[in-house]
Amino acid sequence: MSGSKTSMRTPLGRVRRLGSAHSGTGDFWRQRLTAIAMILLIIPMIVIVMTVMGRNHAAAVQILGSPIVAIVLALFVIAGVWHMKIGMQVVIEDYVHEERLKLVSIIANNFFSAVVALSAIYAILKLSFGV
Amino acid sequence: MTYRWTLTMAMSIVHRITGIALYAGTLLLVWWLLATAAGPGAHSSFQAFAGSWIGRLILFGYTWALIHHLLGGARHLVWDLGYGFGPNEREWLTRAALIGSIVLTILLWVIVFAAGGLR
Repeated sequence: MSGSKTSMRTPLGRVRRLGSAHSGTGDFWRQRLTAIAMILLIIPMIVIVMTVMGRNHAAAVQILGSPIVAIVLALFVIAGVWHMKIGMQVVIEDYVHEERLKLVSIIANNFFSAVVALSAIYAILKLSFGV
Repeated sequence: MTYRWTLTMAMSIVHRITGIALYAGTLLLVWWLLATAAGPGAHSSFQAFAGSWIGRLILFGYTWALIHHLLGGARHLVWDLGYGFGPNEREWLTRAALIGSIVLTILLWVIVFAAGGLR
């Protein structure tokens, strides 16, 4: 650390937002952020699922399409998919060491997550706005 | 291996396994939402699956995986903040997450059946 005398910047300040991917701790932070979001959303989600369970189609549509329920569902889907995409990428990077397979796995993970999120959001919007 | 297999080590890998199970389980969430959005026919197909023997088993497992991953994740957040690393604390946290997940899962399903859900 002899060179540090020439700069006023702290060692932490110099490495912040950097790292091998030039995005620093972005994914680490977002994984925690989405985890906290889901801790807050889990009880409303359980209540929603248990309320809808066993009801007929018309009742289920009415409940799932009501504003607050639809917003909770959408928030949970966004937080959940974001969280699982980051988590699966960590698992892939830990266990898949062959470069091409790793690349294909990470692409597949992104595509799967996008399809799950968009399908769920589409269904929630359709339940809310009908047709 | 020269070291002892501990509960915290087992829970670490279970956290990953439940995470992967929940990843696949999002397909059930999407099926549920799309089937309800699609109409009465698709909705009753999902209801039939959810009420079947295998469907209930999968949903029970999904409930446990979700709650276990949630409590295990909360434990990780406590560790992220720098607390709970003492030898007694980390064992206590790990036991609480495991026992809590089992108790809460059974409690939720008792409520479901008591309320007459999943017919």
